[in-house]
Amino acid sequence: MTASLTLRAAIVSIALFVAFLLAWHIGTAGTGAVADMDPEYAKLMGATATQGKSAMPGPLEVGAKLLEHLRQPFYDKGPNDKGVGIQLAYSIARVGIGYLLAVAVAVPIGFLIGMSPLMSRALDPFIQVLKPISPLAWMPLALYTIKDSSLSAIFVIFICSLWPMMINTAFGVAAVRREWLDVARTLEVGVLRRAFTIILPAAAPTILTGMRISIGIAWLVIVAAEMLVGGTGIGYFVWNEWNNLSITNVITAIVVIGLVGMALDQILARLTRLVTFPE
Amino acid sequence: MADRFISIEGIARRYPSPAGATTVFEDLWLAMRRGEFVCVIGHSGCGKTTVLNILAGLDRPSEGSVIVDGQAIEGPSLDRAVIFQSHALLPWRSVIGNVAYAVSSRWRKWSASQVRAHAQRFIDLVGLAGAEHKRPAELSGGMKQRVGIARALAIEPKIMLMDEPFSALDALTRGTLQDEVRRICLETGQTAFMITHDVDEAIYLADRIVLMTNGPDAKLAEIVENPLPKSRARAEIHRHPLYYAVRNHIIDFLVTRSKSFAEEIAAKGFDPRNVAVVRPGIIESAADAEHPARLAGVSRL
Repeated sequence: MTASLTLRAAIVSIALFVAFLLAWHIGTAGTGAVADMDPEYAKLMGATATQGKSAMPGPLEVGAKLLEHLRQPFYDKGPNDKGVGIQLAYSIARVGIGYLLAVAVAVPIGFLIGMSPLMSRALDPFIQVLKPISPLAWMPLALYTIKDSSLSAIFVIFICSLWPMMINTAFGVAAVRREWLDVARTLEVGVLRRAFTIILPAAAPTILTGMRISIGIAWLVIVAAEMLVGGTGIGYFVWNEWNNLSITNVITAIVVIGLVGMALDQILARLTRLVTFPE
Repeated sequence: MADRFISIEGIARRYPSPAGATTVFEDLWLAMRRGEFVCVIGHSGCGKTTVLNILAGLDRPSEGSVIVDGQAIEGPSLDRAVIFQSHALLPWRSVIGNVAYAVSSRWRKWSASQVRAHAQRFIDLVGLAGAEHKRPAELSGGMKQRVGIARALAIEPKIMLMDEPFSALDALTRGTLQDEVRRICLETGQTAFMITHDVDEAIYLADRIVLMTNGPDAKLAEIVENPLPKSRARAEIHRHPLYYAVRNHIIDFLVTRSKSFAEEIAAKGFDPRNVAVVRPGIIESAADAEHPARLAGVSRL
């Protein structure tokens, strides 16, 4: 009797997770009273010195914090104390705007590069130079020219999402099978109709793969960008809680960032499956 | 020949190479009548596919031109449908979607229901009724090629161009599809130009079989007039008294003469505009005494 692979994998996953939580819990648990101290002095020293408690919060504390955030995700008590939901909404909105702008620019340019060997050669040096630049290196220039921190963050997302999509689109378009193009030619299909009815569906899986890589990078970059620009967003939240020395909140935010990143990736994976055709 | 529906006039194809230019073929002439079925046989590399691509307008000749129904070929056209060896179906479209794509390309102003009805008619014709909504990936090789045939026929072309359409199929499916193509071409009076490696296929389908020598510098060596009656049946074709004469003639050509043709013409001369027309097994005149061994009747156009 062997259970299905999915079930067995799930059991192993849960077991590993429980083991990790247990190790974390034991690792951060207090060792009991470490020394006799004057109660007044002990109060000043805190649990780390008196109870041998780890400076790292344990899984229970983080869990409690996570629940607390989930129960009240959208509270707003001034610029320094907003719910995690609000902060996430800011980050997702920035990623969304920057990312969609990048799609609007990268896909048409990718098409152009893929369809025209001339443009492909002509634009190649620019792409090769611009692609390896860390998106955050654009930040000062963006702040200086745009003069708005929030828009600068969106610009940084735009610039980092651009390249994988553009390169994948160009590759997908250039790799459309010769025979499908020949079919379009023998049917006297015009340029525009050919682009939408032959090249787009044929290249869609490759384009979507590029979009999936881009959304991953955008989500990586937004945290760093918001740490720099400050004000709102999950990246700012992490940095703010670090300044508050609330490690529990920092870990909570890390977990939430991971979950949202996974969700974004899954959405794109679903879309990719939707346009993929069996051959 | 009075009726020159298709006229290939002195086409050549050259490719640049380190030693100047490689000539695949040159000075190639061929005329086809309306409603005629012509098969081309030759070894790989003789430029058969290039000839077909030039006819389709997908490739251009380095020299010469092709005239179809009084007009020189400038590029691909809906008048000339191609059935690709690899079927070339669009995998993201269903069977009817693939045929409808061609139909709506031909008649751009048609309504969706009109396109659908027309496409359905040709799907029924190739015997795929019931499989309209399947994707190409769900079809067998034979069914895919049926869709390719339906797509080509649906645009009601003046000529069908077929590049080894059945070579990737198993023998049984190939036989069935040959029957279908023959039936459809006879019913609709379709003009067809087909490349094949299969001698029996050529004899079964073609009115005339064009023999090409090996490339580079390939030549259209001979045209074999198929002596079998137009109303031939697959089951009895091999019992026809002239069947083996045709078959042996073509196989002799492929095995030996396609290589040594240059020496053959060095002796007796060669006019690419008037190549020999052969009716194997039929002795027509005393002039055939030149080739008594082949029992072939050679006459000039």
